Amino acid sequence: METILEFISKHIEMFYLIILMIFVGIELIGHVPSVLHTPLMSGANAIHGVVIIGSIIVMGQAHEIISLILGFIAVIMGTLNVVGGFVVTDRMLEMFKKKK
Amino acid sequence: MQNILQIIYLISSVTFILGLKFLGNPATARKGNLIAAGGMILAIFATIFLYTTETGEHLGNLGFIFGGLIIGTIIGWMIAKKVKMTAMPQMVSFFNGMGGACAALISMIEFRHLVSSGHYETASAGTLITIFAGLVIGTVSFSGSIIAYGKLEEKIKDFSLPAGQFINIGLLISLLGLSALMISGNIENTSVFYIILVLSVLYGVLFVFPIGGADMPVVISLLNSFTGVAAACGGFLYSNNVMLIGGILVGSAGTLLTVVMCKSMNRSLTNVLIGNFGGSNATAAATSTTFVGSIKEVTKSDAAIMMKYAKKVIIVPGYGLAVAQAQHVVHELEELLEKNDVTVKYAIHPVAGRMPGHMNVLLAESNVSYDKLVEMEEVNPEFATTDVVLVIGANDVVNPAAKTDPSSPIYGMPILDVENAATVIVMKRSMKAGYAGIENELFYKPKTSMLFGDAKKSLSELVSEIKSLG
Repeated sequence: METILEFISKHIEMFYLIILMIFVGIELIGHVPSVLHTPLMSGANAIHGVVIIGSIIVMGQAHEIISLILGFIAVIMGTLNVVGGFVVTDRMLEMFKKKK
Repeated sequence: MQNILQIIYLISSVTFILGLKFLGNPATARKGNLIAAGGMILAIFATIFLYTTETGEHLGNLGFIFGGLIIGTIIGWMIAKKVKMTAMPQMVSFFNGMGGACAALISMIEFRHLVSSGHYETASAGTLITIFAGLVIGTVSFSGSIIAYGKLEEKIKDFSLPAGQFINIGLLISLLGLSALMISGNIENTSVFYIILVLSVLYGVLFVFPIGGADMPVVISLLNSFTGVAAACGGFLYSNNVMLIGGILVGSAGTLLTVVMCKSMNRSLTNVLIGNFGGSNATAAATSTTFVGSIKEVTKSDAAIMMKYAKKVIIVPGYGLAVAQAQHVVHELEELLEKNDVTVKYAIHPVAGRMPGHMNVLLAESNVSYDKLVEMEEVNPEFATTDVVLVIGANDVVNPAAKTDPSSPIYGMPILDVENAATVIVMKRSMKAGYAGIENELFYKPKTSMLFGDAKKSLSELVSEIKSLG
């Protein structure tokens, strides 16, 4: 218990950030028309592709073979998430733009 | 260098927030997506070139990193460009699964690193919690998303274990229990980590398996927010604010989006998750309800006459229209009828297609003008003054059982009140049940007539029939 409290107070600014971001996320989505739900979900899907940063960091410090392999797969999967997510979202939104 | 990296992360975080904000408005949505994508590219390259470890070293293995980036980009780009608009929902699910897997792999590597470097015993509980949370949430998101993908592709059939609920709860408890014991140091055997991994995969699979039909978008949206949280765990692990902000933002926005979707289908989230919408129940309902009455077929020429001399026609497009790729022909029919002074509107159910807004995307693709698409609440009172309703490949969203039959799995879902119109023409390939797997009483009503066949073929024949009427 003590160590968890210590962890929280050591990273307290991150916890503030989390709380704020929860509210920002809710504010942002609050009044979106249902027409945009699918593209929005897809766009949000692309944004959590930011997890790729973690895979790059881990890959850049990997030494032994299994970590290298796992890291390599992680980078590929993260890239798939980012690229696929943004491209699919853009394709959907392209449809919306065509109206007059 | 570190300072520049932090500034870039700050800029990227702002682009994510702005991107999401712009995505919420049809006029700015595309720009929002591009802004967020730009921020992502910036963050990725800044990390590769500017990130330094605690000992001040730059990242190595650049060959592998760029190799992975290039392979991922090519594959991702090709899949995303090639996929049909009708298959969008499962594509989102697939890419979401990739993100989840990425988060889980990061946890796995970090865990192995802790163990091999001998820091495992001294690692803080906080670090361990983020590693385990990343593993469990990421893995559940991955396996769940892949099952959701398979179900929407119709490669995986609905299936639920007897007492599936109890198995799931048992799995969840053992998952959390084992993780807690490992984190608190009560289990010292590090291979238990992999047992947790296996249990997580299993949980994700069994969690999504019994959830059926129309509830799939809700599950995908929920898994989407899971992956956001898993990404945020990585942010904690590396004290990386951009990962934290991106992850939490998606986590919270995704959760709200899930709730909003549930609301538009008039279902509670617990209801979806505990799932009495499940496959077994749905098939049970399908076999137990049979309707007396007969099905009436209509010829294309009769249908053409009915529509040409109507004052108002409302088209109810469903997934069947999308599958048949008939969105262009339907637009042709609409223009033709308008030329004959018929008012034509499209009634869009919130979950028409496979996801909220999916049908709008499909119709926009074939240049149907925006103001012709009317949402459910607005269009429902209009059915009473409508001469002909043309239901194309929709089933569950016009099923009166949602209002009248409390035992129906879709009971409580708001539907389009097409039965209030003077006549209803239903275009369907066959009498097969809809996605939720239940019979539709509407088809047996006296004012309903059926037009069997492929939607695209039937529609183009209808168009030429109407043309031949002069």
